[in-house]
Amino acid sequence: MAGHSAHDSHAHDAHDDHAHHTPGFFTRWFLSTNHKDIGTLYLIFAIFAGVIGGLLSVLMRMELQEPGIQIFNGLAQMVYGMQGDAAIDGGKQMYNVFTTAHALIMIFFMVMPALIGGFANWMIPIMIGAPDMAFPRMNNISFWLIVPAFLLLVLSMFAQGPAGGYGVGGGWTMYPPLSTAGTPGPAVDLAILALHVAGASSILGAINFITTIMNMRAPGMTLHKMPLFAWSVLITAFLLLLSLPVLAGGITMLLTDRNFGTSFFAPENGGDPILFQHLFWFFGHPEVYILILPGFGIVSHIISTFSRKPVFGYLGMAYAMVAIGAVGFIVWAHHMYTVGLSLNTQRYFLFATMVIAVPTGVKIFSWIATMWGGSISFRTPMIWAIGFIFLFTVGGVTGVQLANAGLDRAVHDTYYVVAHFHYVLSLGAVFAIFAAWYYWFPKMTGYMYSEFLGNLHFFIMFVGVNMVFFPQHFLGLAGMPRRYIDYPDAFAGWNFVSSVGSYISAFGVVVFFACVIEAFMKKRVAGDNPWGEGADTLEWQLSSPPPTHQWEQLPRIK
Amino acid sequence: MRNKAIAALASAAQLLLAGAAFAAQPMPWQTDLQPAASGVMKEIRWFEEYTLWFVVPITLFVLLLLIIVVVRFNARSNPVPSKTSHNTLIEVVWTLGPVLVLFLIAIPSFQLLSKELIIPKDADMTIKATGNQWYWSYEYQGEKVLSFDSVLLKDDDRAKFGKEDKGAYPRLLAVDNELVVPVGKTVRVLVTGADVIHAFAMPAFGVKIDAVPGRMNETWFKADAEGLYYGQCSELCGKDHAFMPVAIRVVSDEQYKTWQAAAQSDLNGANKALMAAVDKKNVDVAAK
Repeated sequence: MAGHSAHDSHAHDAHDDHAHHTPGFFTRWFLSTNHKDIGTLYLIFAIFAGVIGGLLSVLMRMELQEPGIQIFNGLAQMVYGMQGDAAIDGGKQMYNVFTTAHALIMIFFMVMPALIGGFANWMIPIMIGAPDMAFPRMNNISFWLIVPAFLLLVLSMFAQGPAGGYGVGGGWTMYPPLSTAGTPGPAVDLAILALHVAGASSILGAINFITTIMNMRAPGMTLHKMPLFAWSVLITAFLLLLSLPVLAGGITMLLTDRNFGTSFFAPENGGDPILFQHLFWFFGHPEVYILILPGFGIVSHIISTFSRKPVFGYLGMAYAMVAIGAVGFIVWAHHMYTVGLSLNTQRYFLFATMVIAVPTGVKIFSWIATMWGGSISFRTPMIWAIGFIFLFTVGGVTGVQLANAGLDRAVHDTYYVVAHFHYVLSLGAVFAIFAAWYYWFPKMTGYMYSEFLGNLHFFIMFVGVNMVFFPQHFLGLAGMPRRYIDYPDAFAGWNFVSSVGSYISAFGVVVFFACVIEAFMKKRVAGDNPWGEGADTLEWQLSSPPPTHQWEQLPRIK
Repeated sequence: MRNKAIAALASAAQLLLAGAAFAAQPMPWQTDLQPAASGVMKEIRWFEEYTLWFVVPITLFVLLLLIIVVVRFNARSNPVPSKTSHNTLIEVVWTLGPVLVLFLIAIPSFQLLSKELIIPKDADMTIKATGNQWYWSYEYQGEKVLSFDSVLLKDDDRAKFGKEDKGAYPRLLAVDNELVVPVGKTVRVLVTGADVIHAFAMPAFGVKIDAVPGRMNETWFKADAEGLYYGQCSELCGKDHAFMPVAIRVVSDEQYKTWQAAAQSDLNGANKALMAAVDKKNVDVAAK
């Protein structure tokens, strides 16, 4: 392997520098260059941000539990000190701010930090037999950029937005002119800055992962022998590297339109609002694969481990992800079927979008084939992974329906779309995150969680999220548009069911915390490999938790 | 409790009597698309059901496979795992199978898309709809231009507009001045936005098109049944996004012409006269 000797000596240096002293608390956690410590920081950050994003969604579901405006006028009064009619108007704006912040927090500050910054940071170097990430200091910068980015976003919720309101209420898509002329206050500028900083953090992370995976695999580990999680992260990193600069360009143009007199998107001076949508979705569509691909990798490992069988169709699985990533770049305008695209444009995007169903189908069937003939033990991570497969299938087939521009016309911007993307993200990506959490928790902490609490967490969450999102299919078909603080009384029934589901899911999160706390209190020793012979990737050959610096002797892959 | 039950029965009876006129708005516990009131929406509804014939069995098939796996290949019933990790035939099958399904979906999908987007050359009339924060403005193009704003009906104004009936004029759907069009005529709609992006949507007609500032989008519909139809703004447009519905009243050609002539000078009067004419016709139909 090229560059092999160079990285040998790198590992050796690291050994000399750090092995003989333990850093103090501040040095270890604030100046860390260790991929495992940074991974832990990312996971803690993702849990924190996830709780905030989740609270926002529960408050929205409380508002939508009944027709009328009940909660947000009070919230506006409490937070912004508005009274009477101003509080109602402020509450309406605040609701839009909540939908916007919920999306941005869950995408940029929960799912991405958890899967990429957290689990990938922790496990990728270990799984490919590397002592650390290629650029440990850059890894540190990546993490410490995401924190101020989050603070900027939270700050934007309290800054002046449109006249008489606060925050960015334009949705995570931030379409102009609502985000330019429609929202003159500095809230949008803060949100743009938040995305710039978060984007820079992700680009640095992507460079780090690509370099690490390309150059620092253990001797004998060719790309075609690399674990699927490493494949998924490699592809994700390329998607990030290629798509985020386009977002950065788009939101910079938004920024100059707002502040420096340009008119990229201002029709009164010859600009075009639709240009922004093309730029945004050129990033936005790959972004949704960025959120789910690492989950694909994780689920493959878990299915294989607990079936005690190797992954079925390994190469097909790897190249299906490559195909999903590549095709993901040429389907963006299926988010824009109603903007007035020409017939031929819509025909193309319809067809290209449907193509993605093929590699996705290969993955679903290969996971089932991995289990077929296996000897399956239903430990907590496996239950989450099986739940993932089914729920992702449900979200996937509604995606195939939505790909059809003719049908999308009827349900575009309705709750049908909300149901679809929460099935693939909230029930797909988030289930993969919890599966990974239970799978690697014993490895990362050295302690075994309680199977009872882990199972309880799963079943409460499974019932809860299905109750939240399944009825939203009905609401969408009946025509309820998304991003509505109030709705015609006919939609009350399913909205009530959906809200109750949200409270059940929130209780599921409480059980999750109980499970974590219980594991740290009981301190059941997990051992190096609690999952048995099925767990054949490199992390299970190390102690639990792994040493500060692993693979001082590089593993050799046959 | 008992009062509520009686009220529910009464409103159900009312709905039955009113027939098609009330069918074009969402219903409690509805699980399906709204009933079609145009040829395009009929095809959308057909196509949606057609896709369900693929996606529901596929989902159930995956569920079935998962159940089989859980029952047959758990550690107790199958202690020794197989080592199979390849089977070229089955991999080809599950790649080509979905391709076939996608073709079966794509063919009618392309036809539906063409039907929606190819605007008939022989449109009977053209209406321009402009989205504003937060109401719609309509303009009838023709020899005499008629234009007016259509704003959400406030509860206090129900008496003023003669719209006390909350079944026919529901909260958040009813407006002060509906768009009035004749039944069975091809209506071309030009859509634009005055300030930010809105979206003109009418579920019963299968119409949804963004109102983008600086652009003039075009769509069309041909309503097959008289009645009052409701839609809602479908692109996030600011704080009152949920409060700018679209309401279209489809009437006979004759009623439309009378209304159009009267509306030039007195819009509210013309609307009330039209409502009275429609009510009278419904009562006559019910009596027969």
